[in-house]
Amino acid sequence: MMNKRQFLSAMAASAILATAPMANAADEIYIPLISKGFQHQFWQAVKLGADKAAAEFNVKVTFEGPDSESQVDKQIDMLAAALAKKPAAIGFAALDSQAATPLLKQAQKDNIAVIAFDSGVDSDIPVTTATTDNVAAAALAADKMAELIGGSGKVAVIAHDQTSRTGIDRRDGFVDRMAKEYPDVEIVTVQYGGGDHLQSTEIAKSILTANPDLKGMFGTNEGSAIGVVNGVRESGTEGLIVIGYDSGKAQKEAIRSGLMAGAITQNPVGIGYETVKAAVAAINGESVPGLIDTGFYYYDKSNIDAPEIAAVLYD
Amino acid sequence: MPDPLPTDSGGFFKRLADTGAHQKLLAFASLILLLIGFSLASPNFMQTSNMIAILQATSVNGVLAIAATLVIITGGIDLSVGTLMTFTAVITGVVLTKIGAPLPLGVIAAIVTGAFCGLCSGTFVAKMKIPPFIATLGMMLILKGLSLIISGTRPIYFNDTPGFDLISRGSIIGHFFPSVPIPNGVLILFIVACIASYILSRTVLGRYCFALGSNEESMRLSGVNTDRWKIAIYALAGAIVGVGGLLIASRLNSAQPALGLGYELEAIAAVVIGGTSLSGGRGTVVGTLIGALIMAVLTNGLRILSVAQEWQTVVTGAIIIAAVYADMLRRRKSE
Repeated sequence: MMNKRQFLSAMAASAILATAPMANAADEIYIPLISKGFQHQFWQAVKLGADKAAAEFNVKVTFEGPDSESQVDKQIDMLAAALAKKPAAIGFAALDSQAATPLLKQAQKDNIAVIAFDSGVDSDIPVTTATTDNVAAAALAADKMAELIGGSGKVAVIAHDQTSRTGIDRRDGFVDRMAKEYPDVEIVTVQYGGGDHLQSTEIAKSILTANPDLKGMFGTNEGSAIGVVNGVRESGTEGLIVIGYDSGKAQKEAIRSGLMAGAITQNPVGIGYETVKAAVAAINGESVPGLIDTGFYYYDKSNIDAPEIAAVLYD
Repeated sequence: MPDPLPTDSGGFFKRLADTGAHQKLLAFASLILLLIGFSLASPNFMQTSNMIAILQATSVNGVLAIAATLVIITGGIDLSVGTLMTFTAVITGVVLTKIGAPLPLGVIAAIVTGAFCGLCSGTFVAKMKIPPFIATLGMMLILKGLSLIISGTRPIYFNDTPGFDLISRGSIIGHFFPSVPIPNGVLILFIVACIASYILSRTVLGRYCFALGSNEESMRLSGVNTDRWKIAIYALAGAIVGVGGLLIASRLNSAQPALGLGYELEAIAAVVIGGTSLSGGRGTVVGTLIGALIMAVLTNGLRILSVAQEWQTVVTGAIIIAAVYADMLRRRKSE
């Protein structure tokens, strides 16, 4: 009986002991980043940028996010735990701004500077927001698409979702630019694959089956874009213009091999870097602009290896 | 040599042992140990606001786990608790914001919807003889889909229903004791736990719940309508999940239709850490409550210590296996 209890206790104790030294690491400035995700390569690239800034400004940064972008309550728990650590500032990319409002108000009361990043926070509490102008970026994708298909024909959009800020902005940025500037281009359908590779693949294939004369497809994030590429490959379609979003190994390879014409890339490393940099500035009482545009690029086979592009792409 | 125990408590200890009290003690000891360990490791852990955050994080999973406990004691399993929680939240959202009904009707809608869906699951299991794993897996997907359809895949916000967020976020306790503003959501969890515990230990429904899990056949042979009681348990569990739906919707001040998948596994984890047997016939609500608290303390503590997220997941998995293994060893010895 006793040794089983000891066994469980030992488990718990070793878990704590293994991690205890980290908690006592000096009195340096601490900035937790609560992100919308964690395991996707995009978020890992944001983390990379945050770590880079942490080393440069000599602050301690941690990076956490829920397993899926639907887990609003998990993100709130993460935010609560981060605030309990009494940080000097906090970086936050809200899954749902409203749900986080009580905690953000508490942060404000405790004089913790809040820096919003990626899709931001719909509130006046954050000092600034470090993000991509997704509407403009998707409009650039529309320009490139129209150019590559010769200004007329049918195109389709596979978006990652219709509820998040990024999903809405990229869809609307693309669709609105087409409607306004390229009257001969028809968007036959906009469908949502949740950013899931497999689901987006199936959607792409069914769109191709339904529209044999389709000229182009736009995938609004990494998972959607790879889904389009897979769909095109599996259905054996040729000559379709595919434009993607973000990067990742599979997407980069698709561009090199010519399956994908090109893609929009944000600057995830820059988002992480600017978030931490703005947090440090806010802690030091320096003024910070209300919005930090971290920029975007269109890249294709011709410039994928150019230094300024290669620096923001991730595997 | 005198008996170390007073004679009248011999029966008491025996009864405790019958209800899995050893595992409860084991789980409780681990919980205390975790609390002490994290307090020593970080001064930020043991503060009122963080303890309240832990309780707050326990509330939804705790309620779902209590519902899962009832079903698991009958020898079944309920995989639909996570998406049913979402579904009841969405229905409440529709009733309160689209129809504009008063707040109490929204509360009733969540509980009734939960009970009805539980009734469906129970009917699939008891009458149609579909294995519980499959029946509730089907329900899980049906409810996930229906939540998205009914909500139009958009979150439903309760901004026009003043007071709704107070169900979970408000604090009656804090009104009387301002220094410990324990949120109502936690209070509701404990009320649900008391009710479920009472039903299990003091009512016919509770007795039949254990009987279904330990020997359904002999129960049937003695003339009990087992199907009806089983359906009743699933419906009760569904109603409890409805309370969970209210709690999460109130906490987020919105019904998030995409939420819920994966929550059933966390609930089941809390149940088994708390000493309830997955093969049925044995389990307690208190144990489940402790199990849910252990999971919340562990997650929060590891975050406070800034442990890398990858390792948080690994540690949680290891604790689940260790807890169940300890329980198995204890039972093998007692047999």
